[in-house]
Amino acid sequence: MSNKIKTIEGITKESTQEMIDKALEAYPEKGKKKRTPHLAPNDQASGSACVKSNRKTVPGVMSARGCAYAGAKGVVWGPIRDMVHVSHGPVGCGWYSWGTRRNLMSGITGVTNFAMQFTSDFQEKDIVYGGDKKLKTLLEEAKDLFPLAKGISVLSECPVGLIGDDINSVAKASAKELDIPIIPCNCEGFRGVSQSLGHHISNDTIRDYIIETREFSEPIGPYDIALIGEYNIGGDAWSTKPLLEECGFNVKATWTGDGEIEKIAATHQVKLNVIHCYRSMNYMCKVMEEKYGIPWIELNFFGPTKIKQSLRKLAELFDDTIKEKVEAVIAKYDPLMQAVIEEYKPRLEGKTVMLYVGGLRPRHTINAYEDLGMSCVGSGYEFAHGDDYDRTASEMPEATVVYDDVSEYEFEEFAHTLKPDLVGSGIKEKYLFQKMGIPFRQMHSWDYSGPYHGYLGFPIFARDIDMAINSPTWSLVKSPF
Amino acid sequence: MRQIAIYGKGGIGKSTTTQNTVAGLAYLGKKVMIVGCDPKADSTRLILHAKAQSTVMDLVRERGTVEDLELDDVLKVGYGDTKCVESGGPEPGVGCAGRGVITAINFLEENGAYTDDLDFVFYDVLGDVVCGGFAMPIREGKAEEIYIVCSGEMMAMYAANNIAKGILKYASSGKVRLGGLICNARKTDKEFELVSALAAKLSTQMIHFVPRDNQVQRAEMRRMTVIEYSPEHPQAQEYRTLAEKIQNNKMLVVPTPLEMEELEDLLMEYGIMEAEDEAVVGVAEAAK
Repeated sequence: MSNKIKTIEGITKESTQEMIDKALEAYPEKGKKKRTPHLAPNDQASGSACVKSNRKTVPGVMSARGCAYAGAKGVVWGPIRDMVHVSHGPVGCGWYSWGTRRNLMSGITGVTNFAMQFTSDFQEKDIVYGGDKKLKTLLEEAKDLFPLAKGISVLSECPVGLIGDDINSVAKASAKELDIPIIPCNCEGFRGVSQSLGHHISNDTIRDYIIETREFSEPIGPYDIALIGEYNIGGDAWSTKPLLEECGFNVKATWTGDGEIEKIAATHQVKLNVIHCYRSMNYMCKVMEEKYGIPWIELNFFGPTKIKQSLRKLAELFDDTIKEKVEAVIAKYDPLMQAVIEEYKPRLEGKTVMLYVGGLRPRHTINAYEDLGMSCVGSGYEFAHGDDYDRTASEMPEATVVYDDVSEYEFEEFAHTLKPDLVGSGIKEKYLFQKMGIPFRQMHSWDYSGPYHGYLGFPIFARDIDMAINSPTWSLVKSPF
Repeated sequence: MRQIAIYGKGGIGKSTTTQNTVAGLAYLGKKVMIVGCDPKADSTRLILHAKAQSTVMDLVRERGTVEDLELDDVLKVGYGDTKCVESGGPEPGVGCAGRGVITAINFLEENGAYTDDLDFVFYDVLGDVVCGGFAMPIREGKAEEIYIVCSGEMMAMYAANNIAKGILKYASSGKVRLGGLICNARKTDKEFELVSALAAKLSTQMIHFVPRDNQVQRAEMRRMTVIEYSPEHPQAQEYRTLAEKIQNNKMLVVPTPLEMEELEDLLMEYGIMEAEDEAVVGVAEAAK
């Protein structure tokens, strides 16, 4: 983290507050009162959150948030490739969350990965009579059809929680009968204020059902680490894992991108946990720290500046062997990254970006844009908590706007005022901004591209940003605004 | 910590019996927590001397989410240091009361309400096990001991038998067991014998016969248990005896519920029902 106060020409606390106040005017009194604490200008030096977060969305605004089931299925459990993940309930939740996150998987479908759609497809009768028997049958069939699956997760959709089906006891009985780990996850969508609770519930189930149930076959070495909160979006883990290995580490498990259940289960044996997505997996890092004494470290692999900082921070915890290797790796990639910067920076210098993503990237990617000569003029999260906003303050330039659970209307208003050269957000925002004539990148899934992590990712990131902003398309489109 | 769930037909006196029994255990120096699992939220008023305790679901409705609640907001302490929580829930005819029970119990677990110093946790559960939510208190890791409050009235015995069927389902897959029937007497004919006979058919016991006494109502009007209101009264002694019997109870069984015919035979045996005569079915008294 740098202590240098970053400023943006024309942006002051007053100008940002004025913009916020103007946007809030449109709300009725009650909505205005609720939204006010979620919008504020950044105080970079403070190092603490300037907005309130993790509160219920104000009814009536267009929120981009998901639900607890989305957090459990889409984020934490779904990426584990050698398990069958069952969406327990009516068919829609499972169907529309199938494959949309682009958490890539290796292996052969049906043999070493099971990236398929499993659902209990609840019908009227299952609601009335309960779905326990159907679940039991489904588990038997899944095991029968895919005997190589290493486990099954049962992810509750809303109705299961409403009718009070006891999936925990079904899972327990079937796990014994079928001799395979079956993990019940009570992640009904209506629980909590956002997908964040789904992450927490999933972490708790890993704690209760998975961790410490396996051991690594080979002896534990001093450089054994686990990569936590790396979901392999667009192949990110296939960039970060080899990078850490090049630095001399043995990455024993990835949580959970392209993940394997048995390696996750043995993670209590590693020497250090390296966490990327703090929001979704800090819970298990803390559990492993308390229970097994495993320290953890937060790293950022977006853009050469942060990668370099992160690798050195990591090396500090190890001996000279690692330190030398890390320096060698930095020396190897620095010129390559410099070449990327030299190619793209002239075209991106001075451009601005507004970000609005889940719980990590709105702070983690800021420096990658800065490496390319750009500035971030607005940032916020769908489901972050106070500790995320604390970590955001020092990354964001002074007085720029920070927005929590931003509504579509507020986001649009801010973009009108700030006129960014790029907006990085999700699929629900994409077409709004493109219609406004503003270049856009879908930053949940890397917009069908990636990886963006690590040294392999940065050239792709730089290319994509350049392509978005400098595409000749935009000069052909006349914005009506 | 022993966790106990009390079930029984609506209006049979579950809440009154539970609170008086808990007061009896508290009188014996036991630390108890009552978890009211009924949207009517009347499971703790005699212990707290309160009209209505603010419930978990009331506060959830007020604040928006269960994550915004603290344990202190919903856990109150009453007679004999007894901890009291009410799940609460919607008014009749709307929403989902069963989910309210699930939410409340999850909340208590997550926020550390089940402390090691507790000797007993009592779940006072709404009338019948109508959906999964009302079975929450007897899921694995929760109550392993159930008492059914009933009387010699036919419908109360039907209900007790039905509840035994519910328990059987959970007993076959888990550790929950039936501890006995508590007869809350209504002064019906041959009540003692009849409830004892039903208990025997269910492979359990009538753990205690609580006689009917207006002292219970006199105490209730003051929002008190008999034990607190008039500790010397014979009725207070009845509840203390029940409390002791529960404390010492070792007879925990997988119930053997009756088929409808067996139950009717039992009622006939004690002369409550007349022998089956198809000629009288559906014929009004005046028409005879």
